[in-house]
This record gives sequence, structure tokens and C-alpha cells, in this order.
Amino acid sequence: MGRYAVHRLLMAVPVLLGTTFIIYLAVYALPGDPIQALAGPNRILSPSVEQALRERFHLDDPLVVQYGLYLKGLLSGDLGTSFTGRPVSEVIAGSWPVTFQLGVTAWLFMAVLGVLLGTVAGLQRGKLADAAVLGGTTVIMGVPFFVVAYVAQIVVGVDLGWLPVSGTEAGWPLAYILPGMVLALYSLPQVARLTRTSVLDNLSADHVDTATAKGLARRAVVLRHILRNSLIPVVSLLGVSLGYLLSGTVLIEGIFNLPGLGYQIFTAIPQHDGPVVVGVGTLLVLVFLLVNLLVDLLYGILDPRIRLG
Amino acid sequence: MASSTLVSASAEPRHGLWRELLRRPAFAVSSAVALVICAMAAVPQLFAGWFGAGDPRRCALVDSGLPPAPGHPFGFDIQGCDLYSNVVYGARSSVLIALLVTAGMMLIAVVLGGLAGYFRGWADALISRVMDVFFGFPSLVGMIVILQAASTHNELTVSAVLILFGWPALARVMRGSVLAVATSEYVAAARGVGSGTSRILLRHVLPNSFGPVAVLTGLNIGGVIASESALTFLGVGLQTPAISWGVQLNTAQQYFLTAPHLLIFPSIFLTVTVFSFVLLGDALRDAFDPRLR
Amino acid sequence: MSSLESLPGYDASAPLLSVSDLHVRFGRAQVVNGVDYAVDGGRTLAVLGESGSGKSVTARAIMGLVRPPRGTVTAGSVKLRGVDLLTLPEESRRRLRATTIAMVFQDALSALNPVLSVGYQIAELFRAHRGLSRKEAHKRAVEVLDLVRIPAAARRARDYPHQFSGGMRQRVGIGLAIALNPQVIIADEPTTALDVTVQAQIIRLLREIQREHGTALVLITHDMGLVADVADRVAVMYAGRVVEQGGAAEVYAGPAHPYTEALLGAIPRPELRGRRLAVIPGAPPDLTGPDGGCRFRPRCGYGVEACEQAPPALAVGPGRLAACHEWKRVATP
Repeated sequence: MGRYAVHRLLMAVPVLLGTTFIIYLAVYALPGDPIQALAGPNRILSPSVEQALRERFHLDDPLVVQYGLYLKGLLSGDLGTSFTGRPVSEVIAGSWPVTFQLGVTAWLFMAVLGVLLGTVAGLQRGKLADAAVLGGTTVIMGVPFFVVAYVAQIVVGVDLGWLPVSGTEAGWPLAYILPGMVLALYSLPQVARLTRTSVLDNLSADHVDTATAKGLARRAVVLRHILRNSLIPVVSLLGVSLGYLLSGTVLIEGIFNLPGLGYQIFTAIPQHDGPVVVGVGTLLVLVFLLVNLLVDLLYGILDPRIRLG
Repeated sequence: MASSTLVSASAEPRHGLWRELLRRPAFAVSSAVALVICAMAAVPQLFAGWFGAGDPRRCALVDSGLPPAPGHPFGFDIQGCDLYSNVVYGARSSVLIALLVTAGMMLIAVVLGGLAGYFRGWADALISRVMDVFFGFPSLVGMIVILQAASTHNELTVSAVLILFGWPALARVMRGSVLAVATSEYVAAARGVGSGTSRILLRHVLPNSFGPVAVLTGLNIGGVIASESALTFLGVGLQTPAISWGVQLNTAQQYFLTAPHLLIFPSIFLTVTVFSFVLLGDALRDAFDPRLR
Repeated sequence: MSSLESLPGYDASAPLLSVSDLHVRFGRAQVVNGVDYAVDGGRTLAVLGESGSGKSVTARAIMGLVRPPRGTVTAGSVKLRGVDLLTLPEESRRRLRATTIAMVFQDALSALNPVLSVGYQIAELFRAHRGLSRKEAHKRAVEVLDLVRIPAAARRARDYPHQFSGGMRQRVGIGLAIALNPQVIIADEPTTALDVTVQAQIIRLLREIQREHGTALVLITHDMGLVADVADRVAVMYAGRVVEQGGAAEVYAGPAHPYTEALLGAIPRPELRGRRLAVIPGAPPDLTGPDGGCRFRPRCGYGVEACEQAPPALAVGPGRLAACHEWKRVATP
């Protein structure tokens, strides 16, 4: 296990470096004036302000130096300053709890519902439950995400009035249930389908025949020999789907008015507050990479073929 | 999600494919709808004039936000322009971007994935590492970050960003497919009779490994359209005065309580379009999958 | 220790395992089309046939592994000392598995659960059938690993299937089968996936177990040399039927069915060096279509009009059966 863990950690370093480098390149080093672009078409910067910003971002230095300084800044927690004057790190500190609660709620819905539905569909292959799950997931996957969000908001929140549709005054969990469920829908179909496929694969696996031939009770066979093996690829997917969740928070927090990290991005865009978008976005990407690393390590624990292979 | 069973499909003969496709009602319906949408994108003038007011740019502020009326089945948008013709014309940018992105993604994925799978070695290590980074990446966030810093927001920049985040998934499938083909006997045989590398690649490897990538690309089109509209909706994609569903939805969100028709009609068109392309892709994939036959 | 005696139909004088007129259908194909064979304690019956003959499916049907929607047992009986397994309720049947009748699978790598340790998988048997505690069951599992000659059994009980070599894994598979001392063991091509030297060890292990416990062994194989070495009786299968059955030595010395004769004739021999290898022309039949006649007809050199009707199993000698109208011609040299 140690060897696998070290290997994954070593691999993670170039990945982190590469990603931050690409982000840096795309934002600061492409043709065009990044300062003006970040400020947007409506903000006119006076030459002195612009010069100050250029110096601050070291835009006149060679690319490698720029990137190195940018990295140094990242590591010390400096993610830039919003055009409103607040340091981006302060913006983040104030809004991450909301995103965290939303993310956990959505992830729970996705994991529990997805695995449950997929397992039922797999075990009931060809019957009504299976068809319902397959059909339902196809529909969800085919409808653009923010349309789903709006429909949910209008139908459940406004027309039926069951759950709050805006803001966080209702606190956890009430204010987060509807947005959490909608956010979960982003990846739930994939989780359910993968679980289903995995269960089906394992149902016809030889070792299930062996378990039956051993005279084990059906329940033991299903739980210990089918489900346990089926869940391994699903764990990997749950980690990967975090990426989708993070993307989705931008839309969901915006539509449902939850003041989290995604909301900051959502509102900063029309305001052309470039540093906020870039800073918070970078943070989300880094969080994703770290969680992915953790999931990889977890995978190694679950599947002995990987850690002992 | 790329499926590993797609790799084996490349060896199957294609004559049964049409029959398989036509058997499924999902294919017939979704391809019909998709064709209509493409027609709308190609010649919007044909569809826009059906109800009378065919010019999306003939606007009168006095009509701003009015609900459906005779001659204007979708009502008016905030500028007072006929919403129906705007929605029809909106198909164009979505389909155009979908085409650009699809072509671009496929090209890069085939080249890079093919190189990685055939030549292995350091090229493979490098390309695979890059692909790994993008696996499950929060693409929307990445795209937002990049587009925010771009100075122009037109079909080209949006397409470029979508291609940038889209090619790894396809390249991964291409690489797997090429790996399987490269170790096959007929490639070894071709090498054995002295065929040059480029000949082997073009005549043997490429045609036989292309199938799964094509299917996956088809599956993706719906997602590309949805992603573009999400980006535009957020404000980093196309901007006014461009006519696109994303732009329409962007403006509509502030008024959804007072003038819901602004939100509803573009949503319906967007949904139907994405949904039909997704169904189409699904039908194609199922027809290719040997396990389901 | 099994409850076989208490089950309906029990007859101590009946053969230990007796399969009668078994029919199994997979979708549209009748893969097992009237199979009869039997074996007694301490004896080895080899079921010989090529791929697609239905020999494995028969074995799985005996164990109760053939279930809708994949396949259905459409007719016949499988009796252990007279008790028909196919008519028993599932719970009773379950209790007999591994305790009275057990199976060794062909490929131990896929037959064993990759994410559970080998010791755990053997211990499961003791926990499920003997009600032992985890610790007790684990101890017994280590004993079983010892019995099948896995060195350092206590340590290796914690290892996972992929950490064993092919031969060792197959021993684990055998361990699973013998752990509860069943009266019948069905070994489905237990040595096919192994190389020759390891094959010999595995077979030796099985025979030792048989000698010590008087177990009946059903050996399913396509290896004719193995049959000659190990079997008391042989049942030759083709296209879902048993076409010849009898004492192994007698059948080999004088086959009474054209298929058996062709198989024996196709074995390469040093005295035939320099000559072309004999093959059986044609290919195995497609079992999806109905066919009232003999299935071997298209490839047989002895065909006559009567072959349009499927030949029943005819007695061609003491304890010998052959399903061929022309067996007399086949048997005369």
C-alpha cells in the first residue's frame, strides 16, 4: 500500500503544476491585454493604474519568472485582489462554508440514490424497475442542466411551495435540499448506470457461481460477492463526479441564490471582476485535484489487486 | 462515460448497422428532430416566417416583454423583437459551434490518441499524463476561467475552449482502440510484408480504430450544445447582440416571474435539441455494441 | 453429516449420483438433449467431449447453477442416492451443496472472488454449513489449505487469489470442494488451464482424496490421455447426448460409436509419423434447430437410412451403451 500511495503522490505533483501552469497561461499569457480583459469592456483603467497592475502581475517579466512568482503567491495564499478591493482569499474564506454544505448534501444524494437505483436496476434486470431507472436517467442526461434547475425551482419551490428556493436563511438542511438534489442530478444518472452495469457484470461472474455452488444463502451471495465487488468502480466514479459537482455549483448557487464559492463566480462574471473569477476558479480546480488523489488512495485500499499487485 | 466494450465493436461488419438503427424508434424520432434543427440552422429564413413576422431584428420597444399574440406565437422579448424568429435563428449558433467543436475535438483526439496508442514510449507517457489531468476535470469552471480572460467572445473562442476541454475524453478512447488494433495480427502481417509506418497507420490502424471514437463523438454533440448554452447563459460565452439560446436564457432569468415565456420557449427548443442529439447518440452506441445484439 | 438420508426418495442402494434423461435449454438451443450417466462411491467417471458438447452445462445443471433467464432444465432427473435434486425445494438443495456434492471449476482465477482472501472464502463454508465462529472457521480453513499442500498455509490464508500461481490457485479451488468432505466431487476441466507437470500433481491430489474418503469423482475433460490414466468409466458426449458409455479401458480398446472411434483415431501416434493427421471432417452441429435424427450424421462414415431416427442408447456389452444403429460395424475391427 505504501508503494502505491507514494507512486500516486509523486504523480500528483506534475499534475498540479501542469494544471496551474495551463490556467496561468490561459489567463495571463495569451495574446491580448490580460489586464484590460480582466477588467472588462466597461471599466476604463487609467494608465497609472494599469502600469501598477502590470508591475504587480509581473507581466513585463519573462514567462517562467511570472509563473514562478504566481506559484509562490498561490502557496502563500495570495489569490489576487478583487476589483472591489477585497483580497480574493477573504472572499473565499467567507463563502466556502456554503459551498461545502451544498457539496456534501449533493454528494450524499448522488451517492446514496445513485447506488441504490443502480443496484435495484441491476438486480431486477429486464423488469419494470430496471426500465424505469434506465428511462429516467436518459431523460435527465438529455435535458440541459440549468433548465432542470429552473423547472425544479418553479415547480417545487414556487408552485408547490414545499421547499425554499432562494438564500440560506432556512439553514441546513432545509435550504440545501432542493439545490442539493438538483446538483446531484448532474451526475446521478452516471452513478446509477455505472452501478447497474457493474452489478450486471458481477451477476454473471464466475465467482458468483462458485459462491452458489458452495451452498451459501442467496443473501450472503448478493451482499458479499456481488455488491461488494460491484461497488469498486463506483467509488472511483464518485471521486470523478466531484468535478461535475464543482462545475454545477456555479450554476446552482447562482440560480438558487446561495452565497458560496460558485455564487462568487456567478456574480463576478457580469461585473467583470476578473481576479475573483480566476482566483476562485483556480481554488476549485485545486480542490478537485486533491480530492481525486484521495479517491485514488481509497481505491487502493478497497481493491487488493491494486495495492498488492 | 467512455465504455470499454466499444473497443471490440470496431471489428464488426457494418452491413447490419443500418438495420439495427432503423429497428429502434428512438433513432427514427431523434434523427428526424435533429435534422429539423440542422435545417433551421442552415436556412432559418424558411422557418422563421411561418407565423408572419420573420425578422428577428425588427423590434419595437413598445412591445417589450409582451406575451404570445396572433402572428407572434412566442410573444416578444425584452427589446420588443419577435421571440419566435429569434428562437429559430438561435439554432444557428448552437449548431455551428457544435459542428466546429466536434470536428476540432475529433481531429485532435484522433491524432494525439493515435500517436499515443501506436508509438507508445515517451509520446504516450506525455499525452496520457495530459489526458489524466483532464479526467473528470471540472470543465465548466476551467472554461469560465479561461473565457473570462479572453478579449473576444465569438463562436471561435467559445469553440476553442470547448475543444480544449473536450479532446481528452475522445483521445482516451482512441488510444485504447489503437492499442487493441496495433497488437492485432493483420497489422503484424502488414509490417511483415514491409509496409511503411504511414501506410500502416492510414490504411490499417485508422479505419479499424475509428469506430468507437465516432460513436462517442456522436454521443457528445448533445453535451457540447448544452455546455455552450451554459457558458453563454453564465455570461462568458456569446454575448448580445448575438442571437443564441444561451443569450436569450441569460436575459430571461431576471424576468422569469413576470414574463416566463421568455424563459420557457428557448428552454423548450434547447431541451428538445439536446435531448434528440443525446438519444441519437445513444441509439448509435447501442447499435454498435456487440453485446446488445 | 449431511441430511441426505432424511430427504424424500432416499435409497441407500441407489447409485451415489445418477443423471437421467436430462434436458437443458439455453434460449433456442437444446444444449443438453437427454443425458444419462451414473457414478458410485470411490469410482471415477470421465465425461469426455469437445467444446459445445454440453458436458459442462450438464455439470452445472447438477449443481443447480443453471437458472432462468440464462438457461432452463426442461426435463430429467438428477438423483443422489435416489433423492431427486431437481424436485427439492431450493433451501434443501442449498444445504446439500458443498456438504454432499461439490464442484471444482476450470479457471480458479475467475472462480474465486478477487477481493476476498483465500482463507475467508474457505472459512465461509464452515460458517455457512457448520455454524462455526469466525476464528474457528478460519482455523479449519488453514487446515484445508494444508490438506491441499499449500506451503505456509497459515500465512497464505490471508493472501488473495491473484497472489497465487495457477497450480496453487487450482489447489485452493479443490480445497473449497473438499473442505466439508462431500460424497461426490464434480471437477470441470480442472487441469485444462495448467501446464503438464502441474496437471499431474493436481490429478494425484484428487485421487488421494478419493482413496481416503471414498468420494465419487466426475471428471469432465476433453483430454483423452487423462481419461485413459484416471477413469474407471467414461461417458462420451456429442451435441448434448451421451453417445457411448462404458468401462474406460474397454471403450478405448474397442469403441462402439463412430465418434469415439474417430476421436481415438485422431490421436497423433509416433508410428504414424510422416503421414497426414487424421481429422474428423465437418463441424459440431448448430443446436438451435430441431433434429430428430442422429446429430453425428453429417460427419459419420457409417451413415445409413436408419440414422434419420435418433438412435437410443443400445446395450452393446455388459455395462456398455452406444447410441448408434451401426455399432456392430463400428466395433468389428
